Amino acid sequence: MSATNSVILTIENVSKRFGGLLALDRVSLSVHQGEIFGIIGPNGAGKTTLFNVINGVYPPTEGRVHFRGEDVTGLQPYDLAKRGVARTFQVVRPLGELTVRENVMAGACFGRENLPLEKAERIADEVIDFVGLSARAEMLASKLNVAQKKRLEMARALAARPVMILLDEVLAGLNPNEVADMLNVVRKIRDQGITILMIEHLMHAIMNLSDRVFVLDYGAQIAEGTPQEVSNHPKVIEAYLGDPKVAQRFLEGTA
Amino acid sequence: MNTLKSPFFWIILVALGGFSLLPIVSGSTALREDMFLILMLMILASSINIIMGYTGYVSFGHIVFFGLGGYIGFFLMQEFQVHFMLAALVGGIGASLIAFLIGMPVLRLRGAYFALATIGINEAFRAFFTNFDLLGGSVGMFFNFAVYDAYGGAKNAGQLAYYAMVVLVLVTVATSFLIKKSKFGLGLMAIREDQDAAMVLGVNPARFKVITYTISAFFPAVAGAIFFFKNGLIEPGPAFELHRSIEALVMVMLGGYGTVTGPIVGAIVYERLRGFLITDPTLSNAHLVIAGFMLLLIVLFMTAGVIGWVRQRVPALRRYLE
Repeated sequence: MSATNSVILTIENVSKRFGGLLALDRVSLSVHQGEIFGIIGPNGAGKTTLFNVINGVYPPTEGRVHFRGEDVTGLQPYDLAKRGVARTFQVVRPLGELTVRENVMAGACFGRENLPLEKAERIADEVIDFVGLSARAEMLASKLNVAQKKRLEMARALAARPVMILLDEVLAGLNPNEVADMLNVVRKIRDQGITILMIEHLMHAIMNLSDRVFVLDYGAQIAEGTPQEVSNHPKVIEAYLGDPKVAQRFLEGTA
Repeated sequence: MNTLKSPFFWIILVALGGFSLLPIVSGSTALREDMFLILMLMILASSINIIMGYTGYVSFGHIVFFGLGGYIGFFLMQEFQVHFMLAALVGGIGASLIAFLIGMPVLRLRGAYFALATIGINEAFRAFFTNFDLLGGSVGMFFNFAVYDAYGGAKNAGQLAYYAMVVLVLVTVATSFLIKKSKFGLGLMAIREDQDAAMVLGVNPARFKVITYTISAFFPAVAGAIFFFKNGLIEPGPAFELHRSIEALVMVMLGGYGTVTGPIVGAIVYERLRGFLITDPTLSNAHLVIAGFMLLLIVLFMTAGVIGWVRQRVPALRRYLE
């Protein structure tokens, strides 16, 4: 990844208010091309809201979002999809009455490359194979189990051939084997040069996988840096991890 | 276009065409009258299926386009002696234009709110035509005999109307099939399954829905113009008859929501059943009750309808049976 240093996404002073609740409080960050950027924080810290602002589900109350040098603040999710932003949902959202293949084709058809149906089908089959769902391509998406639905989400996002992918807790609810499989998939996605933003609660996973980690608490940024720096950051230890020993255990991958 | 190479596409059209020509071959006028109605209902049900079955937006008041097309066509034929085929086409385009304008605000509504709004639109147009004296007000309009002279008399006009309906049903079903198997159709079904997820995938729902609503208004409107041409009389009541819309919904549900052949099968089965009930002296007043009851049973026990049920039972057929 030669272009590792070029910035692909910049968020400047973004706030999001829902009535009286300040879900995001002047958050700023920048993500480099080709990196895995981890976002952590306690429940309700505003992580998913941040994703929703990035891919246009909500316009920010204030602040700007730039993607690949273009101001994309306030654009709709489908506009961002066309510009190469794909995402998975924390709570899986399969198109239940469509088959697995049709779900993934929808990703390919309407994503960045805006492919015709025949080409989308070919790409869908490749991506379904990549996430290991080939045997279930003809099944209705509603009939999959949770781990398979997570893979489907991933496949659908990848089929769009995105530049950047937002992964919202793709590991949640998976057993250790499934987690290991999914981590392999994430690494392979990174190896394709796709920039990854991921929200995750599974600490050892995100600490081992991420190039940089961003910590949110009550909607505000409390730390940013390499996994090492973040784990040692006094504010993180105090506000989020609570106990310095826990931080040590994260680094050792035993938490 | 891959769809045009699909054998099932041609099988449906040939079967439907053959079926429609039965009364011509047998020469029976009574059969032709029955079939005229069945074909019209197929058109109505298939059109509703495009917006409801593919896109997930239940258009209760879809009959409004039948009435609008009927009025536009009738007015042109009566006042300006426009040829009925051209008048029907203009009726279809006019109704589509109205659908486009109505659709932009109304399709922002979701679920029950959209369904209610479509009923409101139908009632509003009915009230408008009832009070608009230029188009006959509550008594409506009727043809001079001179109108039919251009087509060789009323009998020939009836025959001509039947042929027009046959062509229209074939075009409607072909369009429905092409939409279902297209990229556009995949976008619609994504909207039906989860509009927010579809947006994130890159589908612009507002644009998809308005286009679909506009298309689905065209066919019932042309059918309305043909129907009232043959009828020779148009009144607000029969033109904007809400219960016909609801019956068409029952046909869609009965045959199979979201399938191409479902509305066709549904129209035949429902209309045969209704014919039977209406001619039975004790049941003749109960046909709407039975329609309502049938809808209840389908919704409770056979949500997918006849074709949907077959598709679920025999997955091997899924590739072919649309």
